[in-house]
Amino acid sequence: MPIVRALLTRLATTIVTLLGAAVIVFFVIRIVPGNPIAMMLPPGATEADIARLKTLYGLDKSIPEQFWIWITNVLQGDFGTSITTRQPVYDLVIGRLPATLELSVMALMIAVLLGGTAALTATLYRGTRVEGGIDVAGGMALSLPDFLWGLALILLFGVLWPLFHISGRVSPSLGFDFHSNFFLFEALIRLRFDVVLDLLGHMLMPALALALPLAAIILQLLKQSLKECMHDDYITLARTKGYSETSIITRDALPNAILPTLTLIGVQFTFLIGGTVIIERLFSYEGLGNMAIDAVINRDLPLIQGIVLVFALLFTLVNLLVDMTYAALNPRLRHA
Amino acid sequence: MNYLSIRDLTVRLSNGLPLLRKVSLDVEAGEVRALVGESGAGKSMIGKAVLGILPRAARLTGGAILLDGENLETLSPKERRQRIGAKVALIPQDPLTALNPSRRVGPQITDRLVDILDWKRDEAEARALELLNEVHIQSPDRVMKSYPHELSGGMRQRILIASAFAAEPKLIIADEPTTALDVTVQKQILKLIREMQERHQTALLFVTHDLGVVSKISQSLTVLYAGKVIEETSVRSFFAGPKHPYSRALLAATPKYTDPDGSLMPVPDSVISAVEREVAAFDEQLNG
Amino acid sequence: MRDARGQIRRLPGLRLWLSGTWLLLLVLAAVFAPMISPHDPLEQDLFAARLPPFWEQGADPSYLLGTDSLGRDLLSRMLYGARLALTVALIAGTLTCLVGATLGLIAGFYRGWADLVISRLVDIWMAFPPVLFAILLIAVLGTGLTSIIIAIVVIDWTRFSRVVRAEAMSQGAMDYVASAQVAGRTRLGTAITEILPNVLPTIVALLTLEMGIAVIVEAILSFVNLSISTDEPTWGGMIAEGRTSIYQAWWVLVFPLFALFLTVLSFSQLGEGLKEHFDPVLR
Repeated sequence: MPIVRALLTRLATTIVTLLGAAVIVFFVIRIVPGNPIAMMLPPGATEADIARLKTLYGLDKSIPEQFWIWITNVLQGDFGTSITTRQPVYDLVIGRLPATLELSVMALMIAVLLGGTAALTATLYRGTRVEGGIDVAGGMALSLPDFLWGLALILLFGVLWPLFHISGRVSPSLGFDFHSNFFLFEALIRLRFDVVLDLLGHMLMPALALALPLAAIILQLLKQSLKECMHDDYITLARTKGYSETSIITRDALPNAILPTLTLIGVQFTFLIGGTVIIERLFSYEGLGNMAIDAVINRDLPLIQGIVLVFALLFTLVNLLVDMTYAALNPRLRHA
Repeated sequence: MNYLSIRDLTVRLSNGLPLLRKVSLDVEAGEVRALVGESGAGKSMIGKAVLGILPRAARLTGGAILLDGENLETLSPKERRQRIGAKVALIPQDPLTALNPSRRVGPQITDRLVDILDWKRDEAEARALELLNEVHIQSPDRVMKSYPHELSGGMRQRILIASAFAAEPKLIIADEPTTALDVTVQKQILKLIREMQERHQTALLFVTHDLGVVSKISQSLTVLYAGKVIEETSVRSFFAGPKHPYSRALLAATPKYTDPDGSLMPVPDSVISAVEREVAAFDEQLNG
Repeated sequence: MRDARGQIRRLPGLRLWLSGTWLLLLVLAAVFAPMISPHDPLEQDLFAARLPPFWEQGADPSYLLGTDSLGRDLLSRMLYGARLALTVALIAGTLTCLVGATLGLIAGFYRGWADLVISRLVDIWMAFPPVLFAILLIAVLGTGLTSIIIAIVVIDWTRFSRVVRAEAMSQGAMDYVASAQVAGRTRLGTAITEILPNVLPTIVALLTLEMGIAVIVEAILSFVNLSISTDEPTWGGMIAEGRTSIYQAWWVLVFPLFALFLTVLSFSQLGEGLKEHFDPVLR
């Protein structure tokens, strides 16, 4: 069965990629000049203390040996222990991952909404000033990275017109006890809409900063795709049946225009997730990215490895999902 | 009574170039009129003007289109759209591109009925099945659920024909519906169209460049050159002996299998120049 | 034919002018900073801390754009900050372009093993969040201008290689390349002379884009305090500082942010404008 073969090949390349990423990270950070152990010890520690801690963290073995140990542990679910917090890396990562996921998914939804609506509007008003205006706005959003948008949003809606929160994930004054780390999801399920509103107020600015560059790309791609579709014969036929321009664009052109846009959105989504590293820092949002920066600064090797591995896994998962969705949605591929 | 009445229709490109020069044309209820001319003569343009699907660069600058006595240009865009959707239908040229590849075939037949004419879904589907039977499609249930790329070109054209008759339109515009098909399929499709037209008694404006097709399907024809009506007559008198030199040359240029060597004659240059002069003189009148 | 889009299409000329002007101002600022700065950018004066820009109440006109929480003149710091920004932009941008384009050309033209290895590398690279990768590299290499440049090249070369590889592969199959090879040119010679000119407009646009990205990466690194090791002012560092005192002294964040904004925008618009200008197909 060709589908099974294709899937297996995908799996193989994915594993190679993940392994490659793990290897690179592992070896790169071990060339670190700073000694992580030394940072943890109080002054006056003896050579014996240092040696003991080194053994504890396996840093006395050769690098390939360390890698082997680490990989085998990872495959059993043991990601090691964080040097700075002494907690299991797995727990730390799982603790922060939901926050980053919620933020990324929210950003994706905003990007699709903004970019999609803009593309549809530009197609409806093609050849007019409206399209020109949308192009200019899109061009600007495209040239500016999430970092700058984040800062601009902090200024606009944090200081100038303080409508939204620019720090943290939730207001401590709410005193809400979360059972899981999926704050937004949990609040929705438990129907606590006051909490939901507070969470959204904290998430909106960082999510928007992440979303704007992606929205601009969606706008460009989808608009181009739509405009090409509008020349097709089935569109002309639909006009003769009495359909309005708006319904033709959404009903007939859009399903055909979306497919080519999908794969690129998937790749760009991984960039968006990567952007959470600095955006979370900017907005003091307690997610994986924020923790990653501290891990690097503190030379917390096990934690760094764990976080990078999780990011790599996330990226490959997203790519896989996109390819599967494309195959599912394309009627021609389904029957191939 | 004329169902379709086109009076002095002039269509120009945005740079002023005329595509249709004061075209006048009538189609009676239930009549089949052929619209004949070489490529680029403007025959498709007439159909597009009626249907309201002129290309963006083209504009109607003069004349009127009356459908069932109603001047279409006096209607609001929405009203015009709905009028056409209810009373007119198009059989397009290329069956391979005229169906939406992302949607199943069934909804593409019933959509006009359900969305524009407010039919109930089950009634519309029953009608679609009925029509698919009329166009001689086996296992219509299966076909309704199929995607266009799963069906052959001939089959798709049948579906498009069925779709055109769905709302029981009073006028159908067929834009060279056999041109894109294999020769063997052309005959079948032509026969089918004639059959459907006779059964439903629909007026048919049949656009073609093939005089052989004209004799098989229509009662009257209009000859077009460079957007100007050259001759308008019944099919019988045309094939007996057309009046205009261009029409005569056109008829002579049609290959006849009874005389293969003697009939591959292009339209002579003298005739072309003559008709071009005619058109130029007409333009002076038009613009002057 | 006149239509509304025509108005927008006339803009590329305007685009080039505006972005070129800003970038020129930047270059002048960077080169002449020591001469035109009203103050020493490192000089602190705690009595003149957090002074607003000249048009606000309580401002000191000698500090045109105000001062930060340590009493340092914002304008002078920004002028000096332009030096680092431009240096990084030019050097890192160009190097990234060279490395990426070369690897892409090799992969696309020679194919086979080279393509396999390089494409795998690109895949692996795409599995890293770029910012994290950069921070990691700086942690490994230590702070400083060289480290920043190396970090930028290492994390962003894939941008060029993918595009050049695609072009090389599609152009390599074309007839004019085959005819050039028949005419006796070496494979590499063919690659450079036939493929490169066609890929040039895209590379130019990407190069300017890359310069903008380099400025941003440097700013982000300064923001997390991992940029240069000296006390020289950087826009990113100023922004980091401004972020903390945003409610008391908004100008400390706004001006360097604005400068960054304009610079990145100018680089990308310059690229777009040049690309349109030089694309033979569009003409």
